[in-house]
Order: sequence, then structure tokens, then C-alpha cells
Amino acid sequence: MKIFRGRGLQIYTWLVIAWLVVPIAVMVLFGFNDTKGRYNTAFQGFTLKWYGKLFEIGDLTEALVNSLLIAVLTMVIAGVLGSLIGLALGRYRFRGAGAMNVMMFAAISCAEIVMGASLLSLFVTLAVPLGFWTIVISHVMFSISFVAITVRARVMTLDASLEEAARDLGAGTWTTFRLVTLPMIFPGVMAGSMLAFALSIDDFVITNFNSGGTVTFPLWIWGATRVGIPPQVNVMGTLIFAVGLLIAVGNAVVARRRR
Amino acid sequence: MSRVRAALTPYALIFPGGVWLAIFFVVPTVVMLSLSLQSGNVADGFVFTWNWQSYVDGLTNYHDQIIRSLVYGLAATVIQIIIGFPVAYWIAFKGGRHKSIYLFLLLLPFLVSFVLRTISWQFLLSDNGMLLGPLKNIGLLPDDFRILATPYAVIGGLAYNFLPFMVLPMYVALERIDPRVLEAANDLYAGKFQTFLRVVLPLSLPGVFAGVLMTFVPASSDYVNASVLGGTSTTMIGNVIQNQYLVTQDYPTASALSFTLMALLLLGIFAYAKALGTEDVLEVAAR
Repeated sequence: MKIFRGRGLQIYTWLVIAWLVVPIAVMVLFGFNDTKGRYNTAFQGFTLKWYGKLFEIGDLTEALVNSLLIAVLTMVIAGVLGSLIGLALGRYRFRGAGAMNVMMFAAISCAEIVMGASLLSLFVTLAVPLGFWTIVISHVMFSISFVAITVRARVMTLDASLEEAARDLGAGTWTTFRLVTLPMIFPGVMAGSMLAFALSIDDFVITNFNSGGTVTFPLWIWGATRVGIPPQVNVMGTLIFAVGLLIAVGNAVVARRRR
Repeated sequence: MSRVRAALTPYALIFPGGVWLAIFFVVPTVVMLSLSLQSGNVADGFVFTWNWQSYVDGLTNYHDQIIRSLVYGLAATVIQIIIGFPVAYWIAFKGGRHKSIYLFLLLLPFLVSFVLRTISWQFLLSDNGMLLGPLKNIGLLPDDFRILATPYAVIGGLAYNFLPFMVLPMYVALERIDPRVLEAANDLYAGKFQTFLRVVLPLSLPGVFAGVLMTFVPASSDYVNASVLGGTSTTMIGNVIQNQYLVTQDYPTASALSFTLMALLLLGIFAYAKALGTEDVLEVAAR
């Protein structure tokens, strides 16, 4: 198996990575396109003007703000609820833990469209008005399991005797949690919450079903496909990408320093 | 007293999140099943009547889309295995110190919205766009050549969008292989190819299984790729469900189709897990 050795596979890996990155590069490039009309089709020269006119399309800005608000709310709610589940599953053995695991596995592996459709069925049946809050409910629902799994993994690597020591030294349940348990699981809680934020801000399918008249960033883009995507969308996509990149690289650098 | 409290602690911890999942994930599935057996319309409301007709209608009218979805999902999954396996293999065995950088590069697309990535491909592949335009101008391709609105575009988009979900579990399985096992194979006079075929490949299978699970479900139930990259002849069951729910508002038919899709996928997952050994598949998938 000559190809499994040496440079061949390395070049191949880079080609696949290039394939994955191509649409991102196109998105970034056309955020700098000096296009004359509203439509962004052929590259007509470099400009930074769209960065200046970023918030000129009112409903697009509103959609982005909605997306950010929903993502923050999801991060906080799913972050707390998921962490509590992760803590319980990682630290305690109890009847019902298996059922909880099955429910989470089902929620993770369930097709998004089925989740979106069934939640809409519930809202339609109960005549719940769709909008901002039904989106938040749905995002928390599909994020909880991911947070719980992340935190559970962290809790399982920790030494339970540290908490016992705290209790032996006279710390109460709450003090032990605040001063010993929470600081130890905090990296897991942060990682899980950020995952929830990322899942929320990118979600399209479940949001599409449960949004009513409220528009998020992905929904706005979806609505604009037929008429053409304005360059502002590329710029916003680029900025979200850049922030994500910064956070990821920053995390990696901090983790490396700690070692 | 304190022992009772200690025994109740885990239940108190899972309670709020568990209730959220129960109300907004488990209950809706039951409600959807009930809705699929109701009859009526949006204006007058729906009544539960054991109306199995929605299933009959759904399957008669849309069996093409159901079969197409499964075929496209399967095609995308196979393409992902073929494209992704060498990548996972190379990173796991030859990535050296830079393994995490390569993995990070594989995950880069997730920093851009799924819809935006797909639209980016639509733009790239458009009939006279950046890729096809120049090739047509120099006469390498006929003027009426197109990729958009063909099954190739949709399957390609699906393979593109879910590829990292395939590579990561395969990488995890390959990375776990103990180098001493490979040395042992070598000591026992297995050549490179024999070692690969008889040691590496079998040990990587749990990862491949998990990858299939994580890509086939979203690929076969997707409607974004078929809408953006496809045409009228490539609609998938996801498109039908979305349209029935959000445009036609024929909820019984929509929920019957959605329930059918869920049942098909569940059946597939169980048959698959049964055939391959549940433990491995579920364990790796839960990672």
C-alpha cells in the first residue's frame, strides 16, 4: 500500500481540507466585492464599503440581533440545565440514569426535521403563538444533551475524594459545590455552554418550523436566496467566522500555556 | 435524613433539564403521532378520528421522494466514507504533533452557517458561475452543461455538509489503535497491506459505524441541499414535510410523513445496531 505512506496521503488530506474551506473563502471574498447593484454575482474589484454599510438593511440587522439574543439565552438556560444533568450522570449512580441517557441519545440522533415538526405539532395543538420564545424553547431542547455529555465527560475525570475532603473539613453542601465542585467542572460547563451557543446561532431546520414571524440570521438568508444575497450577509458571515476562529485559537493557546 | 437527601440529589439535578426534554422532545413525538391520525383543516380545526388515510395518501403520493431521500442519503454516506477514511487514517497515524490542528481545520466549516455554506456552493456551481463559466468559455464544456438542479449537486452538497461527522468518529477509532498491535502484526510477518486489511480496518469499523449513523440520518432527512442545489426532480421527503407543515398546513399528512420518516430511520438504526453489535455503535456515537 504505497499510497498509505509518505506524501501522497498528506497532499490528499490537504486537498480535502481545501474542499471544505472553498465555500468559506468564497463567502469572505465576496464580502469585499465592489458590486454595483444589490446582487453579488461576479467579482468587480476590492472594497471595504460593505463593512461600513453593514447595518444598512434593517430587517437583516434585526435578524442578526435576534439570533444573538436567542443564542445567549440558549447558552445560559441549556448551559445550566445541561450541566446539572451532566453532574448527576457523572457523579452519582441512581435508578433512572439509564433512561436519562437513552432520552439524550435519542435527542442527539433524532433527525432535526422530525424534532422541529413534532415540536410544531405540539405548539399547533395547544395553539401556542409561535415566535421568539418558541425558538428559544426549541434551541434549549436540542442543546441540553450536548451540554450534559460535555460536562459528564469532565465530571468523570475528577476525583470525588476532593469533595469528601471539603466536607470533612466542615464545608456544607452548598459551600462544597461553590468552592470545590464548580471550579473543577467549570471548563466543562464553559465548553458545553459555548457549544450550545454555536448550535443555536447556526440552527436552521428546527427554527424554520417553530419561528412563526420571527426571523433569525439563517432564516433571513434562506428567505433571500431567491432574490439574491446582499454583500452584508457575506460580511456578517465573515465576522461570525472570525470571532469563532479567535475564540477557538485563544482557547488552544491558553490550554497549551497551562500544560 | 441526610442519607435520604443524598439519595435525592441526582434526581433534583436532572429534574429541570429532564422535564424540559420530556415536555419539548418526548411529548411532541406523541402529539405528532396523534395529529397524524386526525382529520380536518386549519380553518375548522382538527379532530382525532383514527384517520389512517393520511398515511395511505402520504405513501401513495410521495413514495418517490421517500425512496429518493434514502438513496441520496446512502450515496452521500458512501462518498463520505471513501473521501473521509484516508483523511482520518492519515491524521491518526501520521498527523504527529499537529493532529489537533488538522482536526480543527476539518471543523472550520462549522464556524459558518449551514445555510450560508450551501448557498456558497450554489453560487460556485451556478450555470455560468466561477467554475463552469470559464470552462464553457474555452469550450471544454458544452454551453448547456449544468451541475445545479441535478442529483449530483444535491448528493455532493450532502456529502460536503456532513463530512466532518464522518471523519471525526473514524479518527477516534483509528487513534485508539495501540501501536504495539501493529508491531505485533509486523512481527508475525504481516505485510503493510495485510496489517491494514486484517488489523487496522477491523479496528476502525466501530468508528465507521458511528460515522454512518451521524451522517445518514441528517443527510436523508435534509431539505436545505435539495432546495438550494437541486431542482424539481430532486425533491426529498424533507422538502415535502417542510412544505406540508409550513405552506399547505395540511398537518395530518405532514405529521404522517414526518412520523413515517422517523419510523424508517429508527428501524434502520435498530437493524443496523443489531447487526453490528449495539454496544459499540451507541458507545462511539455518544462521544
